[in-house]
Amino acid sequence: MITEAVLHNHDVRGHDVHSEDHHEHHHHETFISKYVFSMDHKMIAKQFLITGMVWAIVGGLMSVLFRLQLGYPNESFPWLEDLLGKWWAEKGHITPQAYYALVTTHGTVLVFFVLTAGLSGTFANFLIPLQIGARDMASPFMNMLSYWFFFLAGVVMMCSIFVENGPFSGGWTAYPPLSALGDASPGSKTGMDLWLTSMSLFIISSLLGGLNYIATVLNMRTKGMSMTRLPLTIWALFFTAVLGVLSFPVLLSGCVLLIFDRNFGTSFYLSDLFVNGVGALPNEGGSAILFQHLFWFLGHPEVYIILLPAMGMVSEILSVNSRKPIFGYMAMVGSLFAIAILAFLVWAHHMFVTGLNPFLGSVFVLLTLLIAVPSAIKVFNWLTTLWKGSIRFTPAMMFAIGFVSLFISGGLTGIWLGNSALDIHLHDTYFVVAHFHIVMGVASMFGMFAGIYHWFPKMYGKYLNNTLGYIHFWATIVGAYLIFWPMHYQGLAGMPRRYYDFSNWESFKDSASINAFLSTIAMIVFMVQLLFLFNFFYSIFKGRKVTTKNPWESNTLEWTTPINPGHGNWPGEIPEVHRWAYDYGKDGKEFIPQDVPLGHDESQH
Amino acid sequence: MGATDYIMQMFLVLAVIALIFLVIFQISKASEYVGVLKGAKESRKQTNKVNGFLMLAFMVIGLFGVWYCNKILAPKTQMFNGGPASEQGLKVDSMLMTTLAITGVVFVFTQVLLFWFAFKYQEKEGKKVYFFAHSTKLELLWTVVPAIFLTVLVVIGLRNWFSFTSEAPANALQVEITGKQFGWIFRYAGKDGEFGKKYYRMIDAADNSLGLIWKDTIVNRSNGEPQQLKDDKYTHDDIVVEQTMYAIKGRPVKLIINSRDVIHDVGLTHFRMKMDAVPGMPTTLWFTPIYTTNEMKERTNNPNFQYEISCDQMCGNGHYSMKGVVEVVTQAEYDVWAAKQKPKYLSVFPPAEAPKTDTTKAGIAKN
Repeated sequence: MITEAVLHNHDVRGHDVHSEDHHEHHHHETFISKYVFSMDHKMIAKQFLITGMVWAIVGGLMSVLFRLQLGYPNESFPWLEDLLGKWWAEKGHITPQAYYALVTTHGTVLVFFVLTAGLSGTFANFLIPLQIGARDMASPFMNMLSYWFFFLAGVVMMCSIFVENGPFSGGWTAYPPLSALGDASPGSKTGMDLWLTSMSLFIISSLLGGLNYIATVLNMRTKGMSMTRLPLTIWALFFTAVLGVLSFPVLLSGCVLLIFDRNFGTSFYLSDLFVNGVGALPNEGGSAILFQHLFWFLGHPEVYIILLPAMGMVSEILSVNSRKPIFGYMAMVGSLFAIAILAFLVWAHHMFVTGLNPFLGSVFVLLTLLIAVPSAIKVFNWLTTLWKGSIRFTPAMMFAIGFVSLFISGGLTGIWLGNSALDIHLHDTYFVVAHFHIVMGVASMFGMFAGIYHWFPKMYGKYLNNTLGYIHFWATIVGAYLIFWPMHYQGLAGMPRRYYDFSNWESFKDSASINAFLSTIAMIVFMVQLLFLFNFFYSIFKGRKVTTKNPWESNTLEWTTPINPGHGNWPGEIPEVHRWAYDYGKDGKEFIPQDVPLGHDESQH
Repeated sequence: MGATDYIMQMFLVLAVIALIFLVIFQISKASEYVGVLKGAKESRKQTNKVNGFLMLAFMVIGLFGVWYCNKILAPKTQMFNGGPASEQGLKVDSMLMTTLAITGVVFVFTQVLLFWFAFKYQEKEGKKVYFFAHSTKLELLWTVVPAIFLTVLVVIGLRNWFSFTSEAPANALQVEITGKQFGWIFRYAGKDGEFGKKYYRMIDAADNSLGLIWKDTIVNRSNGEPQQLKDDKYTHDDIVVEQTMYAIKGRPVKLIINSRDVIHDVGLTHFRMKMDAVPGMPTTLWFTPIYTTNEMKERTNNPNFQYEISCDQMCGNGHYSMKGVVEVVTQAEYDVWAAKQKPKYLSVFPPAEAPKTDTTKAGIAKN
């Protein structure tokens, strides 16, 4: 396998050298080398995608369970105890311990496993080599490792669900001292050790992947593919990788210090603690806030790690299906760049109420609200791309439009929360929950769906069922707004997040009464996702076959490969690129793929 | 009988769901075949029409939904259910309304454009697209205009931020609030107006919940070295109460915030204030209440109204039950309350000349 990788690398580097013979003959591919320890970026992408989907179902199911508690706190569901056991659902009620474990695991899984690995892992792997014209990643072996570290992280996280005191239950942000003291919370015992192990493995996976994506984009573009001719998907995935490589190590260091505090008696985060039932702890001199700085130094770029790939794919899909060039290509790249830089300079807006120095806080307000400018540029550029287009409503296009709508809705509430004086009131209320679920959760999910619907034909040589796609889209966007729009009002009523039960609170119980409605919609939306899942797996095997190389009449290079490309992507020479990716409707022509040479009388734009 | 009924019901629900799935799937499959028969172009035409119309319908119904949601839920929010109860809260709410106005206009404008464009520019036979790749003027326009509005918001925001986080006025009532799993402990400085020193190794869950240094003590530090703590006389008149704190209408109150174990958060939604309680690092906040609890009962039409302190930072399995109460009263009522408070020191170290507690104990023993 190693030799194959070396050989392979060799002819990737010499991409303008003819290497047809090599790619015509078939390697001896076993089931293991083709489907399990594959080094083909396309297969690894599918592995990331399907693993991500499994985790999305697990994480989604968890949200259904805790929404059951929130929506119907007084009702008993005996089947829950039959199904999950006493620890999780005693007498048919989700227990507080289980509730917090579910909320925490839901957050961790969705943010890291689904929207980081499942989203950028899938599409960076799949699209980077195909769209820049490379035969594979710079290091297919590292790429394979990246997936298997992710897989391992998943295994460890899964194990944590079954240990005696349950999985970690201190919230996905894992603030110490709570996360450091098993005596303060049972979830911070073995469950937290496993959580930290899992996250560390995940960070390794993410770094292996990210370094590979960066190296590939910088070094392995085909002839003529200058950086400014890259499709916006690649720009977005490139910036995503840079963000990940620079910020994940900081989280790792935060996790390592936490492991030290938990197991080796250090006091990085601990000071002046008296725990009920244990007494005064020996730790002095640490700072609990230090972890928050380390965490959010990753945590905020992480939001953009999740969002940028969705933005990139949406830009591409909007342009292809409007049959019009993306409006303001350079401004789009510039705003991606601005967002990537600013992503590193805003982390403390998560910490306005931690006792942060007010002057420092004001700097973070300024920088945070500055992000709204490149975001606004992106939104208006997308709108202008639609303007006077000739829109084809493929399911991918629907989700792309849905993404823009959700990004606007969730982005605007970011302007509320980024302004510290308002954040004091809204911090850690349902307003925040609504904000980040719309802008980071659902919007990025829509970007991911758009990507899946758009590139499924390239992945499997089959089409997804369109009608199911439309049902999926409409049910999901309507459902998402029905769940998260009213949640803003719960936040404005002051309802704190991560509350197991509101019935004892005079101030909140009235607003909590709409929880039953929200929970019901959440369950329906979850079931609609099963419909999508069915569509996905059914279509892999029984979907309508793709009969043309370029079903969406798109300009990018992946559509110049055979319908079912083998390892190496192009059987012959890699095509040369002569133009940018967005010549739609130019000089009266429907579309002009990137590998078509410039005509003599072609106009310059 | 109940159990079987119950299982039957479950199966019924699952069967219905499966049936719905099956029907949806069959319809989808059938429409795919129809699409193949009609040809790609023809079927695209039809789905375009349907989805284009749905885009428009979604926008109209969606905007109506936004209005309706606001109509039924806005009265339950803090802004309209009693309104802000502090001077700071008035500023927060007015800033919130300004922000809502600006972002609201942008929201409606952009969403309408998005769905209107989607509907209007759906693919139509013989219509050519407009090759429009770039316009510096437009791009400058939507860089500069948002920047101007954001500047306005930043100015309003920072002015409030610096006013909220400024030093509390000199006449502020000082209350120390300490979070623990899962409740709040309050301390008033007592007659001398000074808080006595405390040290977490002095904490005794029953008698000395805050670890006040009220006697000469030797504690062992973590490196094993003994440390001499000297009795701090200022602790002797400190008032320690749990659950409910008292504040005075119209007089600023400054909270000095501590935590005994994990990070908590003093959430005062009616006063629009919030601050983390961080172990080892005291924080502060201050605000000026403008209505007494009784006045708020009338304003909210809720006889059970309380200014609740909610813990707003995940602090363990009892997080959701970590409640405190702020009782805002008039100066006269406060004086009556304060006069009744006894220093904690006196209840732990009862003065020798008044052996009251002993007689009660004896009485109980007799009975």
